[in-house]
Amino acid sequence: MDYFIELFFSGLTRGSIYALIALGYTMVYGIIGLINFAHGEIYMIGAFTAYIIASVLSIYGFPALSIIILAGFAAAIWASAYGYTVEKIAYKPLRHAPRLSPLISAIGMSIFLQNYVLLAQTSDFLAFPELIPDFDFMEPYADKVGSTDMVIIVTTIVVMIALTFFIKMTRIGKAMRATSQDRTMARLIGINVDKVISVTFVIGSALAAIGGILIASHIGQINFYIGFIAGIKAFTAAVLGGIGSIPGAVLGGFVLGLTESFATGYVSSDYEDVFAFSLLVLILIFKPSGLLGREEVEKV
Amino acid sequence: MMSSLVPLLQETLRSLKVALWFVFLTFPIMVIKVHPLEKSIEWRWQNMIFVGLGTFILSIVARILMDQGKKRRKKRALQHAQKYTLVQTILREPKYLYPLAFATLAFGLVFPWIFSSYQTNIMITALMYVVLGLGLNIVVGLAGLLDLGYVAFYAVGAYSYALLNTHFDLGFWVVLPLGAILAAFFGILLGFPVLRLRGDYLAIVTLGFGEIIRLILENWNEFSQGPSGISNIDRPGFFGIELTLDQSITYLFYLMLLLVVFTIFVVNRLQDSRLGRAWVALREDEIACQAMGIDKTKTKLTAFALGAMWAGMVGVIFAAKTTFINPASFTFLESAIILAIVVIGGMGSVVGVIVGAFVLILLPEYLRALSEYRMLAFGAIMVLVMIYRPQGIISTAKRHIQYKPKPDDKHKKQAADPS
Amino acid sequence: MKKSINKTMVSTIMSTLLGLTFAATGVANADTLKLGVAGPHSGDLASYGIPTTKAAKLVVKQINSKGGVNGKQVELVIEDDVCKPEIATNTATKLASEGVKLVIGHICSGATKAALPIYKNAKIIVMSPSATSPGLTQSGDYPNFYRTIASDDAQAAKEVEFAVSLGLKKIAVIHDKGDYGKGLAEFAKKFIEANDKVEVALYEGVTPGAVDYSAVVQKIKRSGADGVIFGGYHPEASKIVTQMRKKRMKTVFISDDGVKDDTFIKVAGKYAEGVYATGPQDNSKNPLSKEAIEAHKKAYNKDPGAFYENAYAATLAILAAVEEAGSTDYDAVTKALHEHETDTPLGKIKFDEKGDAIGVGFAMYQVKDGKYVEVK
Repeated sequence: MDYFIELFFSGLTRGSIYALIALGYTMVYGIIGLINFAHGEIYMIGAFTAYIIASVLSIYGFPALSIIILAGFAAAIWASAYGYTVEKIAYKPLRHAPRLSPLISAIGMSIFLQNYVLLAQTSDFLAFPELIPDFDFMEPYADKVGSTDMVIIVTTIVVMIALTFFIKMTRIGKAMRATSQDRTMARLIGINVDKVISVTFVIGSALAAIGGILIASHIGQINFYIGFIAGIKAFTAAVLGGIGSIPGAVLGGFVLGLTESFATGYVSSDYEDVFAFSLLVLILIFKPSGLLGREEVEKV
Repeated sequence: MMSSLVPLLQETLRSLKVALWFVFLTFPIMVIKVHPLEKSIEWRWQNMIFVGLGTFILSIVARILMDQGKKRRKKRALQHAQKYTLVQTILREPKYLYPLAFATLAFGLVFPWIFSSYQTNIMITALMYVVLGLGLNIVVGLAGLLDLGYVAFYAVGAYSYALLNTHFDLGFWVVLPLGAILAAFFGILLGFPVLRLRGDYLAIVTLGFGEIIRLILENWNEFSQGPSGISNIDRPGFFGIELTLDQSITYLFYLMLLLVVFTIFVVNRLQDSRLGRAWVALREDEIACQAMGIDKTKTKLTAFALGAMWAGMVGVIFAAKTTFINPASFTFLESAIILAIVVIGGMGSVVGVIVGAFVLILLPEYLRALSEYRMLAFGAIMVLVMIYRPQGIISTAKRHIQYKPKPDDKHKKQAADPS
Repeated sequence: MKKSINKTMVSTIMSTLLGLTFAATGVANADTLKLGVAGPHSGDLASYGIPTTKAAKLVVKQINSKGGVNGKQVELVIEDDVCKPEIATNTATKLASEGVKLVIGHICSGATKAALPIYKNAKIIVMSPSATSPGLTQSGDYPNFYRTIASDDAQAAKEVEFAVSLGLKKIAVIHDKGDYGKGLAEFAKKFIEANDKVEVALYEGVTPGAVDYSAVVQKIKRSGADGVIFGGYHPEASKIVTQMRKKRMKTVFISDDGVKDDTFIKVAGKYAEGVYATGPQDNSKNPLSKEAIEAHKKAYNKDPGAFYENAYAATLAILAAVEEAGSTDYDAVTKALHEHETDTPLGKIKFDEKGDAIGVGFAMYQVKDGKYVEVK
């Protein structure tokens, strides 16, 4: 039973990480129907910014708590700025282009951003500072679940709830839902669609940055390539949960993380990704639009 | 004079704003470099100046270009006459197309005699991607099924030759059709479960399928020798004659050229066939198709199978060319590149795919001069091509069948139309 | 005959026209000795390839200033293979078509395997400073291949032997599913199974780049292993060690020369303490090694990177063999490599009949106070 609980928590941690990145995918997809392959890179840039700012602050001798907060803010701000700029450069001119063009543009952007960070910073792995301290009250359980894991899981759930409220309650949230349902109609009733899309990218990127910081301090290292693999998994999670749905992205992340964790624990980590992808195929066969996705109504 | 100065000033101001934004954007990553062990920070202010100046100039250039583009488009809209671009005209008119095709083919035939074997070798790679692109074009371009795991079929072909060659000593020519059939079989295998899926759900499942194939090759040591790969695969045989390396490269080149010509021929015939039209129709409207009595299942599965078949064949050739394969050659990035060839070249267009393959495969080879900036430029070019030519480099003009008025009719109409 | 002259001429004109850098074979530079250097010089594995080019440059500069080899100046032809097999064949063809007869490289085993048949065909002698896959020499397929690093099975044997000497009973063998890591782990598993003092508690591969390894770490804990042998590179090693230590596990961690890298200590920080890793023997007492490192510091103002000394030794050995043979004739150089001993930073080396350097082996290191210290 202990073993089960341990695996459960390690799956939950992993799933939360996927979920945080998947939220960005799912929001962007919901609004403009684009698989934003550069999203993983935004997450990487968020982590790098946090690394740089945190290192600078700690060299200047700032206290630990202020480092966490300032580095977190800086990462969110800059990641959002990158998300915003990428949208303006690579996707906005393609709004009326064939469906696959923005996808290729996104892949190009992803290659570009990876190499940009590689050249401007380094190809080496960097030691990411442990921003999250070990809590004393967690010490008795430290051999099962770490403090960082706890922070990651709680953050994900809080973010999901906050985001759901934001979209259900606020004006801009309503505008987002309207845009995602029918862009032309939304424009007709006076919604500034371009602004809504920008806001979506900004929020998605900020969430990716938060994910970036949490993961980097969990595994203690970053390099320019971390966005790619995490991005693909997060995208899988988003589709699994039903792309376009916010609780779906989180659920998809958890399901994927738990599957991988149990597959590793009870079978073999050699095939953890095979299990993950097979599960995806199975779920999509029985529910073609994901766990919580809307059934697409075909318009004739 | 004044009136033209104001917009100029505005444009400059706008460019200045863009430059400032980029200075802010790139500040942490371009300017700061931390050396944590020495606990020192390197402030690279010169980079800030580069970024500022660079984006300022680029932004002005982009504005001028966009302005001109707008004017040209306006002009073209006014003229209304030129329906097809120059390239499209060439492609539509047999009297231009055939000489051009023959000239290209003739150039291809003498290529290995003019250039070094290194150049020929690279060209073989480019030709391989032409066939891969044309194969994927059947699935994505014609049938409209987004496939992000195309590389799986390529891997099936490569491994079937590698395994059959090392274990059973089967030759290249025997395995070439076998590899194609096996890949087609895998295509159907993938096709069945995903028949109900559409659009991007299909994309992610195919991506997953590609990854599963690669992971199995990586982990199942007894079957595929795992990540260390299979080496000493035979090069293609030539009537049992021993070839030197240079000769076998030339031989492979001609083989590839032949395959490209064959592929173009088959794809062209397919496009105009009953099946090809069914694919296009399916892409445009699935429900209408079913109403018209097109068998959706069969049509989709043949698209997957026929697309996969080409990948399988190229896979066999790939294994024979490098004589060594391992799973690292069949990653998702490879699928993405093949897809990019199809889209950047121009979806659905055979010439487009050829151009796309040459651009995307030869570009990184010749960008070697840029050394470490190579992949940066590659990514940027992908984005730029898409922005400036969203339909791809060579876009297909949709076929129109138009009622042609009689000459005197036309005359009247022109007189009535002021433009 | 006439045709081939035409071919050369046309190709010269064409290449000039296209602004390409390849020259028609052997016309312009008949009096230099061309030495190819192939490895990853861009991409994510560049940091493994660049030190080799630096070593080759420094050695060649030194030898050229002393009058070259057999009176000929040595000219380097440096080519990037990005560690990819399919690109390595292009690189090899390019080197062969430029008339190169000697190559230092390739760096990765996969790329080396792909390129070797081409070199073998063109009778080019290849010496790698870093390709450790055992099959390269032991299969006997490549008589033209040599290396100045010991093969993986020697390394795995050392690791297992060391684990036994520590008194470990149950060992978890973990790898990163890569060519190098998995190959090493297979050998380690084989050696453990052959030894009745220890047993394999777990044999698993982890996915490189995954965001979290805690499930595997839990599994190691459950298996009751008192030691881990890890085959792979430092990014995964540091993630696994960190998560093990965070889970308060004190399991002994033994790894390979992909981990014996200062970046590992930098990244894993305090969790790196006590980790064992095999690496090339410590040559710091060898005067030539000191000289090589000094030369690098002088030229590039920093410490040399991975495989620098092996590459330095390879360049010295291959050029010394040419000197001894008096020409680049394949058979004569082969004979010289097998028989003639060369003084290098790795000690006096010559090559056995399979192509492995005699006297080059591995030593065990442990992280103590943030530094790798040899375990005696």
